[in-house]
Amino acid sequence: MAKTAEEIADAMFALVKDSFGVKKLKPGDLIKAMKELYGDEADKKLCKEAIKLLVNSGRCVYTYFGGSFLEIPHKEGAAND
Amino acid sequence: MADLPKTPLLDELESGPFPSFVSEIKRAAEKNDMSKDLLGQLEQSYREKIGHWKHGGIVGVMGYGGGVIGRYSDLPKEWPNISHFHTMRINHPSGWFYTSKSLREICNIWEKHGSGLTNMHGSTGDIILLGTTTDHLEPVFEELGKIDFDIGGSGSDLRTPSCCCGQARCEWACYDTMALTYDLTMHYQDELHRPAFPYKFKFKMSGCPNDCVASIARSDMSIIGTWRDSIQIDQDAVREYADKGMDIRSDVIGNCPAKCMDFDGKELHIENSYCVRCMHCINVMPKALRPGKDKGATVLLGSKAPIVEGAMLSSVLIPFWKLEPPYSDLKEIVDNIWDVWCEDGKARERVGEFIQRVGLGNFLDAIGLEPVAEMVAHPRENPYVFYEDYFEEGDEEEEEKG
Ligand code: SF4
Ligand code: SF4
Repeated sequence: MAKTAEEIADAMFALVKDSFGVKKLKPGDLIKAMKELYGDEADKKLCKEAIKLLVNSGRCVYTYFGGSFLEIPHKEGAAND
Repeated sequence: MADLPKTPLLDELESGPFPSFVSEIKRAAEKNDMSKDLLGQLEQSYREKIGHWKHGGIVGVMGYGGGVIGRYSDLPKEWPNISHFHTMRINHPSGWFYTSKSLREICNIWEKHGSGLTNMHGSTGDIILLGTTTDHLEPVFEELGKIDFDIGGSGSDLRTPSCCCGQARCEWACYDTMALTYDLTMHYQDELHRPAFPYKFKFKMSGCPNDCVASIARSDMSIIGTWRDSIQIDQDAVREYADKGMDIRSDVIGNCPAKCMDFDGKELHIENSYCVRCMHCINVMPKALRPGKDKGATVLLGSKAPIVEGAMLSSVLIPFWKLEPPYSDLKEIVDNIWDVWCEDGKARERVGEFIQRVGLGNFLDAIGLEPVAEMVAHPRENPYVFYEDYFEEGDEEEEEKG
């Protein structure tokens, strides 16, 4: 059965959470990972929808460090109070 | 009047004949403490020859991944009002047409929530609002939304598309640059706000080869107006130029890069099959010459400023398209390019660098485009020459033996 955007979002979130502090993941990395995991069940449109869900719900945020990444929200080192 | 910090070094930047950003910051500092501290920190940077900004990579507005560039002072105790000094990029209107009312509204919002300092416009084209704090980002976003302005692109996403004023003001425009810019901006909202590319991607639209937005050097996809029939000539107007003292042979014909013009004193002749559409003759004799009637655009790909690798100019991908709404052909090729680049592009690799790495032949193959002779890097140089079709298997070995 085809995956839902919510299921893909959960799988992406697990990856982002597990790699936090170890490796920053780009949205493209997540899309590729989903393709490897679910094959044709996770097409690009569905993956994009899942990323939208993650970001709109605040579970993930976009960050920029020479490139754009998806990470779990955290206080960045450079931030002043 | 506000008590401004002493800035002897910055003051020197006000002494020349040109308008000075220091004077503008001083003006803003009279009613805004952020601008006041900005003067102080900048003077300190000049004195110490060291920058005092830290990059903030997380700040933004809910749901968007671009449009806010985080900045923090590394001297927050000395300059507390610029402890946060984030920049917001705002999507400018196509062709930079504003009403004075909308400009006032933007400035009012920024004086309320930020330093009051703006940069009209950044090199991508956006309205740049300089300096605000994290807690003011959402209110600015919301208030700008009420006056129909949205945040633009930054990071690894589609950057805010921009164009020359095109048919709105310019008689040379060969297609409606503003309509295409608006259409692409609306069609690709997701790509603009949710970074998913290996690196940035820019569209710039110029209505004719004069290329007033320098798209050929500054955008990954440069869409430049052109024509495919003959330059329109008003011979009476040509003679009038000559009668009024223009040296047509030297100033027009002598500078034609294609050497395809001739003037016998009465009639101007152009061998249009050799013309490279450079616009020179039309610019010099605007009353006598006009672009042809069969107008459209050339789509070029690959330019960039030097960041990771050196600067590159775009080269021709589609020699001529009529470019009319809904621009389906263009969107199809753009989607194909993005698919291939997103799949195999490396981090921070612009599409032009990607093409160089994988090879033009492979790239064209992957996006489903047949090579044609007009795909030129610049006139008289064709980078899309492939030899596979000319050699039979075994040719190489025979050559070696020979
Ligand atoms: S690029 Fe051409 S059409 Fe556009 S403003 Fe300049 S001269 Fe006019
Ligand atoms: S447009 Fe340029 S190449 Fe063409 S005839 Fe005029 S000067 Fe020559």
